[in-house]
Amino acid sequence: MEATASLLELEHISKSFNGVRAVEDVSLAVGANEIVGLLGDNGAGKSTLIKIVTGFHAPDSGTIRWQGEHIDHLSVQRSRELGIETVYQERALADQQTLWRNIFMGRERTNRFGLLDLPAMRAETDQLMLEFLRFTSQAVTPESFVGSMSGGERQGVAIARALHFEAELVILDEPTMGLSVTETRKTLDFVRGIKDAGKACIFIDHNLFNVHEICERVVVIDRGRVAGGFKPAEMTVHELVEQMRHVAETGRLQGALA
Amino acid sequence: MSRVEAQTGMPAPAETAMAALRNVISVRRYGLQVGTFVMALALWTVFAVGSSETWLRFDIYSSLMSTVPLTGIIALSLTLVVIAREIDLSFGSVMAVGSWAFIAVGQPELGLLAGLAAGLGVGLLNGILVVRFGIPSLVATIGTWFFWGGIVLYGTEGKGAGTEFAHGFVSSLVTGRIHGVPAEFPWMVGIAIVLWLLLNRHRFGAHVYLVGDNEQSARMMGVRTDRVRIAVFALVGLSAAFAGIASTLETNYFWPTVGSGAMLPTVAAVFLGGTSIFGGRGTIFGTVVGAFVIGAIEPGLVSIGWTGLLTQVIYGAVIVGALIMQAFVLRRVR
Repeated sequence: MEATASLLELEHISKSFNGVRAVEDVSLAVGANEIVGLLGDNGAGKSTLIKIVTGFHAPDSGTIRWQGEHIDHLSVQRSRELGIETVYQERALADQQTLWRNIFMGRERTNRFGLLDLPAMRAETDQLMLEFLRFTSQAVTPESFVGSMSGGERQGVAIARALHFEAELVILDEPTMGLSVTETRKTLDFVRGIKDAGKACIFIDHNLFNVHEICERVVVIDRGRVAGGFKPAEMTVHELVEQMRHVAETGRLQGALA
Repeated sequence: MSRVEAQTGMPAPAETAMAALRNVISVRRYGLQVGTFVMALALWTVFAVGSSETWLRFDIYSSLMSTVPLTGIIALSLTLVVIAREIDLSFGSVMAVGSWAFIAVGQPELGLLAGLAAGLGVGLLNGILVVRFGIPSLVATIGTWFFWGGIVLYGTEGKGAGTEFAHGFVSSLVTGRIHGVPAEFPWMVGIAIVLWLLLNRHRFGAHVYLVGDNEQSARMMGVRTDRVRIAVFALVGLSAAFAGIASTLETNYFWPTVGSGAMLPTVAAVFLGGTSIFGGRGTIFGTVVGAFVIGAIEPGLVSIGWTGLLTQVIYGAVIVGALIMQAFVLRRVR
């Protein structure tokens, strides 16, 4: 484990739902300017782990450290204050609300009486669309309803939302799911932009080509446990595919480097 | 459209005008409210043609301005509950609880405060039942409707009481007449404005819409959804108590059964006003129009020579009709 300059450290995290172990004794560290891939089958516990980091689920046991500091009771609000932004697999959008309401969901710009600063939110959304949402069509405006957008556009909204607020760590849970080749390119470019800006990223994707291309380090989760880790740069993408096939069959890494 | 400008370097006035026009007539956004408004106009036309001596004079409106707010004020808060994808059916009994507390204190100013506090408390309890215990609000509030109604009946032994003690400031504040306009009406307008601001210009309202639209998304993005849901129930409790006290002062007598007839017209006003039973959308304006349409049905029927006994038939038809209209409009836009 890299003790130096760890942004986020999870130690011995466990979580059960109704007696079913979703995450078991997981320890994981993310460096301050690192892109870490989380790999594992569906139901391996990746999303649960992510939701523990975002404060959505409370872990049954284990400790969470942020910039070396022990964090008790991590709530969604607290995790966002710390600088953790997430693109959930579910996208976490509200379909019947406008684009700008989705961008500022839970974090509306207000004055001190809680009154909404509508012009600011609309202007920021407009700006955001120029910067990030190039894969939205011309017809999309800050007043558009998210429910009427295409899958790629909705994904773009979720990503733009995560990147708009000053984040130290951006978590992307299957960000390329359902995206076209072009949209996937753009998503990977966003991830590179996160790295270039000196931020960290946790990247979850079933597409191993994407993972091989973008991640500096990969942690493999299997049935709620950490099966091991490796550096994609030290192998070809075909070796990575072989490795994951081996994990799926045996639950272990081939010649583990962990 | 700054995007168009930014991308082409020039404004596109035709596109801008088209977009503005689309917004105004957007079925998606205001279709249900427009439908309600047109229906209100049509109904008024029928009544006015059928009985112009009634509907072209001020008296009927003065009368509506004292009766409609009694359910309208509750319907306004109930709108927030329905937008948050919940329902509250207990408000009839909360009206009784509030006015009983008012009467029991026996001093007008303190009684008013006690009544409002009781309503707020009962509303909070509803919210806690639904949110903390996870009981569906439909069932929970039917339960509390019976419970509090029963408590008031038991506590008063079914007996009413006069409101002579309240004559003076409180009485004229809540139900006085200002140049022939009943005070209930400006109260309703004021409450509508405050709730409109809360819903459309305040973080709380933004969260009400988000909770009703997709509670899980809202929670993931840091909205304190439990607090929002409890708060909307508390608001209904507060306004039901106010409406109960106003109703008691208007009739100069406290009946333990005050509010027993309030459920149908109140709920009907909300749904007729275009607030979605599926949550996430609804407007204060729609509920105001809905409340007046509902309130005008009975006097309207009587004025054109039909029997008032048809009122409930029309209420029921209006509720079902409004829900069919919603299902139709929402299916088209989803």
